[in-house]
Amino acid sequence: MALLEFRNVSKRFGKLLAVDNVSFSVDSGEFFTFLGPSGCGKTTLLRMLAGFDAPDAGDILLDDRSLAGVPPEKRPLHTVFQNYALFPHLTVEGNISFPLEMAGRPKAEIRTRVAETLALVHLEEKGHAFPHELSGGQKQRVALARGLVNRPRLLLLDEPLGALDAKLREEMQIELIALQRNVGVTFIFVTHAQQEALALSHRIAVMNRGRIMQLDEPDKIYGFPLNRFVADFIGKINLLDVDVLAVDADVLTLSAQGLGTLTTPRVDGANVGDHGCLALRPEQLRLAADHEAGDLGIHFPGKVHDLLYEGDVTIYRVALENGATLEAMIANSAPGRPRFFEVGDSVVLGWRPDAGRYLHD
Amino acid sequence: MTRRRAPGTPRSERVVKWVVSLPPALFLVVFFLVPSLIMVLASFRLPGEFGGLMPLRAADGSLDLSLDTYRFLFGDWIYGEILLKSLLVAGLTTALCLLLAYPLALLIALSPRRHRDFMVLLVVLPFAANFLIRIYAWILLLGPANVLYSPFAVIIGMVYVHLPFMILPLYTNLEKHDATLLEAAQDLGAPRWTRFWRVTWPLSLSGVWSGTALVFIPVLGMFAIPELLGGTGDILIGNLIKEQFLDNRDWPLGSSLSLMLTVMVLLLAGSAVLAGRRRRTLAKGAK
Ligand SMILES: Nc1ncnc2c1ncn2[C@@H]1O[C@H](COP(=O)(O)OP(=O)(O)OP(=O)(O)O)[C@@H](O)[C@H]1O
Ligand SMILES: [Mg+2]
Repeated sequence: MALLEFRNVSKRFGKLLAVDNVSFSVDSGEFFTFLGPSGCGKTTLLRMLAGFDAPDAGDILLDDRSLAGVPPEKRPLHTVFQNYALFPHLTVEGNISFPLEMAGRPKAEIRTRVAETLALVHLEEKGHAFPHELSGGQKQRVALARGLVNRPRLLLLDEPLGALDAKLREEMQIELIALQRNVGVTFIFVTHAQQEALALSHRIAVMNRGRIMQLDEPDKIYGFPLNRFVADFIGKINLLDVDVLAVDADVLTLSAQGLGTLTTPRVDGANVGDHGCLALRPEQLRLAADHEAGDLGIHFPGKVHDLLYEGDVTIYRVALENGATLEAMIANSAPGRPRFFEVGDSVVLGWRPDAGRYLHD
Repeated sequence: MTRRRAPGTPRSERVVKWVVSLPPALFLVVFFLVPSLIMVLASFRLPGEFGGLMPLRAADGSLDLSLDTYRFLFGDWIYGEILLKSLLVAGLTTALCLLLAYPLALLIALSPRRHRDFMVLLVVLPFAANFLIRIYAWILLLGPANVLYSPFAVIIGMVYVHLPFMILPLYTNLEKHDATLLEAAQDLGAPRWTRFWRVTWPLSLSGVWSGTALVFIPVLGMFAIPELLGGTGDILIGNLIKEQFLDNRDWPLGSSLSLMLTVMVLLLAGSAVLAGRRRRTLAKGAK
């Protein structure tokens, strides 16, 4: 039985359809992430779940019971707001004990629970500090502690790491994973940072313009994007325009303009004559010098157009003979020299036949 | 060689601080401290025969000071009683103003931004008419209702005149409140009234204190309203002081009464500050 279920939920602001017929379900204990560009409706979705906005259509169910008409203060879930929304007139302890006091817990229990939760987020020293005396990362922890202290069924996190600098962000990501595992509370997490989503989540729903474009585990989202939007939004990707020539049991035969025919694993819904693109991750592409192209699989000759040296890897932009430019990411493991190729080198660019993915337009 | 720097704020910043705070400090010394000291001195001198004061030096050249005025002041209960009554009226007026002003200020603060300035304008609009004219208007209003010249009429007048001084600081404070704090409180399980008492009210306390000071202190010294709207028995400390200077021609008594009033206000303000500080240390927990 799913803990949370959205059934065909829509929300309209005037003419704008902010959330468009969204359905999904989340299991207990999951770390579930909404990922999408700014304005795609992530916050609106969370606000409907928290009860601050009502859906125009559809239903939200928690433990199989509809939340319609249940006010925010009665919902067994808490939100970590993007700007933290800590109470400035209360100390850290005052902030964290607030939800326990609202739930009418006895004083002694409140004291021990607050102390436990402070330890959980490593803020034992700061119990008597006021929010304005804390750093950004510490405020973030207080907000998390306040949301978790009375063990809600769900914790909603709206871009909680958005205001932190890169290094702190990474630290907090690791802590978030550990925290979620320790407390076992289901997290609904919202972000527009794809790396964050991939690193943290059990499952990701990629959103665009109020709709879920793909819902899957991080490696599936990255490795097997369902459409152009997801492929393009998550990580770097090369897209090669192709037509479908033949559909067999498990391969598609494609023709790419100027390159001839090539094959790729079959995907559902592709028909002969379809137009689409072949998606290739830069790290799936391989380069070889002119004369040693033997074991590259599918390969085409090209020239290194320019390159981006990043230390551990180099991104080579290779111009193929049909005019397309593909990016290949190659580890800088050449013994005795900084990298394998230089601008202007003639190379062979290739990939394994099972590497690419056909995306229907 | 490196030159040694003074720790803390750099020199130029301290100079700026001095330059900026000097004019107001000078103003306060000239128009508050010096007159207060003159009053202290006056309260120990002797009243002149036709008002004013006797010369400071007697005929034989000695200083002509005495404690007579204070002996008189503390020898009669009536002065303490009037001071107490004045405090009571000021307290009641302040409480009523707060009760009326808070919902109004909240209403303005929660209104759409484009309506707010207009509503604030309505609040200060009465200032466009002369104070005395407005009080006379109340005489016309209260007369037929048979409540003129009573403590009730005094309180009405006081509340009416001072209400804007309570509304404005409250509104200025409430308008700045972050609405997401209320959402956070609601999200964490607080119903409507709890949200008010646990979030809005404590965050508005600085506004409440400003409004209280702006109402309580002027009401304590107010003499025009009790004189125009109150009965013969409704004399407050302000009337008493005025009488000493204008009717009774006892400047030393007037001065000592004024001093009592000043000391009273300072004591109250001081204890309010102390109470506030204590509350904050309590919240921080004894270390
Ligand atoms: N109260 C509102 N009134 C009108 N339009 C709104 C309202 N709230 C959101 N919108 C619109 O709905 C769309 C989705 O907004 P939402 O805040 O959910 O985006 P988001 O995905 O959270 O974006 P971000 O990553 O920038 O926070 C936006 O186009 C926004 O302008
Ligand atoms: Mg948002």
